[in-house]
Amino acid sequence: MDIKVLGPGCPKCQQTEKNVKEAVAEAAVEAKVEKVTNLLEIAKQGVFGTPAVIIDGQVKSVGKIPTKDEIKKWITK
Amino acid sequence: MAEECCVPGGIVMILACSGGSNVGQLANQAAVELTQEGFGKMYCLAGIGGHLSGFVQSAKDVPQMVAIDGCPTGCAKAILDHAEIQIRSYLVLTELGIEKNKNFQLSREEIDRVKIAVKETCKKDYVSKG
Repeated sequence: MDIKVLGPGCPKCQQTEKNVKEAVAEAAVEAKVEKVTNLLEIAKQGVFGTPAVIIDGQVKSVGKIPTKDEIKKWITK
Repeated sequence: MAEECCVPGGIVMILACSGGSNVGQLANQAAVELTQEGFGKMYCLAGIGGHLSGFVQSAKDVPQMVAIDGCPTGCAKAILDHAEIQIRSYLVLTELGIEKNKNFQLSREEIDRVKIAVKETCKKDYVSKG
């Protein structure tokens, strides 16, 4: 599983990355988590704002911090 | 970085039909100017129509949004419905008394009337819905 966390580096982006990593660990799912901070790369995804979470190419969340429970639902489907 | 550095908090997403008539282009021009003036941020309805996940999810997650259709055909509304996106604020420009035609020489008066209507619609919706 490929997970991208989009965000240039504000506290909300950092919290989102933390939630994703903890959710992956707690769900014991094999996943590569990548933080994307490059604004051009973020713009390519077409998101209206950040933080954003992309799982296997599908944008799951934009402009808010998803909870660990939300993330677990996405990665264990 | 600031707490809100990368979140579009409080910014209104503006989606215009941008269709091939005077009212479609009035919707587009009003969206452009409202973006330039800082009222909101015009966003890509075509991306939503193409069901690109970044665009669809952004429209689902944004707190404030206004969709502008030029005429009652309602293409913008249909695109949002098709992508299962809840429409928050919505207006149709012919309902402002602007007649649909193929004259693309947009008048300043009509552009300004549309911009005021967009602002009033958003204000009404976001005050009444909290």
